[in-house]
Amino acid sequence: MDKDKLPIESPSVDPAVLEQIRSAVRDLCKRFPGAYWRELDRQKAYPTLFVQAMTEAGYLGVLIPEEFGGSSLGLTVAAAILEEVHAGGGNAAALHAQMYTMGTLLRHGSPEQKRRWLPEIAAGRVRLQAFGVTEPGAGTDTTAIRTTAARSGDVYRINGQKIWTSRAEHSDLMLLLARTASFDPGKKTAGLSVFLVDMREAVGRGMEIRPIRTMLNHATTEVFFDNLEIPAGNRIGEEGRGFRYILDGMNAERILIAAECLGDCRWFVAKARDYACERVVFGRPIGQNQGVQFPIARSYAESEAVRLMVYRAAALYDSGIPCGAEANMAKLLASEASWRAADMCLQTHGGFGFAEEFDVERKFRETRLYQVAPVSTNLILAYLGEHVLGMPRSY
Amino acid sequence: MKVLVAVKRVIDANVKVRVKADNTGVELTNVKMAMNPFDEIGVEEAIRLKEAGKATEVVAVSLGGAPSQETIRTALAMGADRGIHVQTDVELQPLAVAKLLKAVIEKEQPGIVIVGKQAIDDDSNQTGQMLAGLLGWPQATFASKLNIEGEGAEVTREVDGGLETIRIKLPAIITTDLRLNEPRYASLPNIMKAKKKPIEALTPEALGVDPKPRLKTLKVVEPPKRQAGIKVKTVQELVDKLRNDAKVI
Repeated sequence: MDKDKLPIESPSVDPAVLEQIRSAVRDLCKRFPGAYWRELDRQKAYPTLFVQAMTEAGYLGVLIPEEFGGSSLGLTVAAAILEEVHAGGGNAAALHAQMYTMGTLLRHGSPEQKRRWLPEIAAGRVRLQAFGVTEPGAGTDTTAIRTTAARSGDVYRINGQKIWTSRAEHSDLMLLLARTASFDPGKKTAGLSVFLVDMREAVGRGMEIRPIRTMLNHATTEVFFDNLEIPAGNRIGEEGRGFRYILDGMNAERILIAAECLGDCRWFVAKARDYACERVVFGRPIGQNQGVQFPIARSYAESEAVRLMVYRAAALYDSGIPCGAEANMAKLLASEASWRAADMCLQTHGGFGFAEEFDVERKFRETRLYQVAPVSTNLILAYLGEHVLGMPRSY
Repeated sequence: MKVLVAVKRVIDANVKVRVKADNTGVELTNVKMAMNPFDEIGVEEAIRLKEAGKATEVVAVSLGGAPSQETIRTALAMGADRGIHVQTDVELQPLAVAKLLKAVIEKEQPGIVIVGKQAIDDDSNQTGQMLAGLLGWPQATFASKLNIEGEGAEVTREVDGGLETIRIKLPAIITTDLRLNEPRYASLPNIMKAKKKPIEALTPEALGVDPKPRLKTLKVVEPPKRQAGIKVKTVQELVDKLRNDAKVI
């Protein structure tokens, strides 16, 4: 289908069903109120009960085809689920990867790999939440990674180090990108391969996970490989084509993260509005002052614009239309809008915004991440400049 | 045994209700609607009866305009087996609801009927009692515990003085109180399965019931704003205020 002829929102989803799904997610999230998230934040603990509840309710299998035990519902529905989690004051970072990391396996895995793993992932019996790509010496320049996978008979031997591997301690499988051939400056994207690492077997047998404490409660880690042996049958697709395989999954991830930012926008706007209407200073609610009211109204307008961009990108994705530009723009605009909304909400609350029990400072910290990960804002701008506007490559 | 539950579409409990400018009712345009929370408890109890092997089928009934179907779908997504929608755009008052439900019950012959003790929009708390009266069935209202035993049921009721436990014969009408259970949320696969479950469409005419309102609403107004309290210095002053200002003693 022609991009311009596609309706702005996905035509593949029945709006009544989508609303019912949103409403069911809200019902679930109500059982995990601010106090639940605050306590986890204080302890830097993983939201195990929340992830279990979302798994049991079937939300994490939303993108997996029905034949493998999922719901075959597409990215629009997945985005709506994550948006609702964030709009309710929660955070989906602990579970969103279970939705989309399997995409590489789904698109490029062998029929046998898919039959073995996808039903387990759909049911939540196996957690595929860790994605080992970034290294201390290779961030956005992914092709510079140095972790190696050397073939030896029926196994690959892995050596190297990954960093910012989120949820590694709460995942059973890791999707790992490693070098299977030495770097060729003429063919930068060649020589990388993708593997499924069963971490339940690997820890203590050549793999070590070390948590990294961060500004927010994100369960991120660094992972060390020292002669870890994995079966050759765990390689996904062809050897040397791994870079292409993981790029395919990036658009879905960006759209879903943008949806989380949209949820954050909604939370900040509602929280600021409620407080501005209740808080009385000089005998009237502070929301009566234009200096307080207008930034809230502006954030609302921005979040509505973001909504259009996010669900436009999701609709393109669901229709199988290339959406690299839209996915990137949705992430860029949503992460900046949610950050401005966070700042606005904190300012509206004055001193109380810094008090933990208002949840504003926690959501403020959490939403800041999305201008940095996954993919930083400058790289999106570079992509748009070069690939959409046809300007010279800037890096 | 078949269980019949009634589900009403009402303003969502989290919405701040506003009175219409012309004082004829409350504002419903662009307001989020949801299943009456007491009815959700009823659906949950019915599903639990089925899961416990005490019921074989759960039928969810809603009366009202086309959007009431969404409320039935919610019940189906929670686990009800099929729906019945009695479609009418007439304003339905408790007596009309009781008559319509009676007609549906005579058609369906359930072994037990569970309804919310009241709907959170008009807070009437009448339908269950009227329905039992019209059918000549036993009723157990404000239930906080329900045990089906053979031909009857033991029901714990929340009454002003505490808890009262009664034994009734089935078929009977149960009305739910808040503490009966905590309703489940629908899972994604069940929401999708609910799309395929049947909803039978009926009308008041087909059921031979005239749902016309018998009561006329004269005016709907906001409750008066609460005044700030005052501190009294002595018991004497308190008694004086109660007697002369508040006129309660």
